[in-house]
Amino acid sequence: MNNPSRYDAFAMCLHWLLALAIIAALGSGLYAASLPVSPARLRWVNWHKWLGVAVLFASILRLGWRVWRTPPPLPQQAAARMSGWQRAAHKTVHGLMYALFLAVPLLGWAYSSAAGVSIVWLGLLALPDFVVVNRELAGSLRMAHQMLAYGLGVLVIVHIAAVLGHVWQRDGVMQRMLPGFGRRSS
Amino acid sequence: MKRLISALLLSMALVLDVAAQTVLLPAQSEITFVFKQMGAPVTGRFTRFDAQLALDLARPETGSVVFTVDTASVSLGLPDINAELAKPEWLASPDFAQAVFTSRRIRAVDADRLEVVGTLSIKGIRRELTVPVWLQTEAGLTTASGSVTLQRMDFQVGSGDWSDPALVADAVQVSFRLVLQKQL
Repeated sequence: MNNPSRYDAFAMCLHWLLALAIIAALGSGLYAASLPVSPARLRWVNWHKWLGVAVLFASILRLGWRVWRTPPPLPQQAAARMSGWQRAAHKTVHGLMYALFLAVPLLGWAYSSAAGVSIVWLGLLALPDFVVVNRELAGSLRMAHQMLAYGLGVLVIVHIAAVLGHVWQRDGVMQRMLPGFGRRSS
Repeated sequence: MKRLISALLLSMALVLDVAAQTVLLPAQSEITFVFKQMGAPVTGRFTRFDAQLALDLARPETGSVVFTVDTASVSLGLPDINAELAKPEWLASPDFAQAVFTSRRIRAVDADRLEVVGTLSIKGIRRELTVPVWLQTEAGLTTASGSVTLQRMDFQVGSGDWSDPALVADAVQVSFRLVLQKQL
């Protein structure tokens, strides 16, 4: 698993766990927001918040790991084939996704604080409130959280579409992030 | 004669003092409550409440208190939640416009502490309640403050689907800070 052309095991682990967590967070957020005030809504809102906080801290860890362990370069075959705009899109989409991995949960957390409902992670760990309780502010933060979450949803779709494009080209880009392929090829 | 008049005036003053009454200043007072939803504390408040006090702070044992809270004035600061709290499962404010605490006995624990025993009625359900009260007098105003923990299910507040205490905890801590003024 020490192949420099591929992501290391920890990076893969974080990528796939976060992929599931982020899709679940987007889905639970949309679902909770669609429900009327009810016990189900309260449960889903709390699960959504707990998941979002997990995404935030796992993303900080992941970003740290990425800085410490530089990701492997694109496979030569892919790099040779990618045009200028594809390379720019590759960098921009990854950069924006990381920005939103942090911004969307932070805005959700701030929205929760501004609405006067502190987050107690898993019902056990009280998180600090870093904004004051204020209804107008809560409304703005909710809007920002929602808009950027939609943005993240779009980026996730673009990311998956681009990966599928690379799979179609059989240029080895996806294999960098798939567990198991290292052993098979070595 | 002069002595008699001053004696009369003095005794009138004493009578007046005995009859000195106390009124609540609602605008300067507050009633808040804290409960937990899935482990996270949430604070709410009642914005309309009043009290009929037959209370002489110098002799609290002789007094009585009827405290009323408008259930429709409940606020968690979130309009859709406030609307939910008016429903029959919660405070049922259209049917039970007021929650009422009626004192039966007031005991002075010491110079600045009272113990008020009485009945709390919410949604027509009555429960005995002992309320500890701290008194602090400053610039002619007395602040009576304290808190009591109620079990919401005792009063069927949040019944039906909402009764799961893992979702909304049973315990609700109600705190009050009431500013009282002595009227002559």
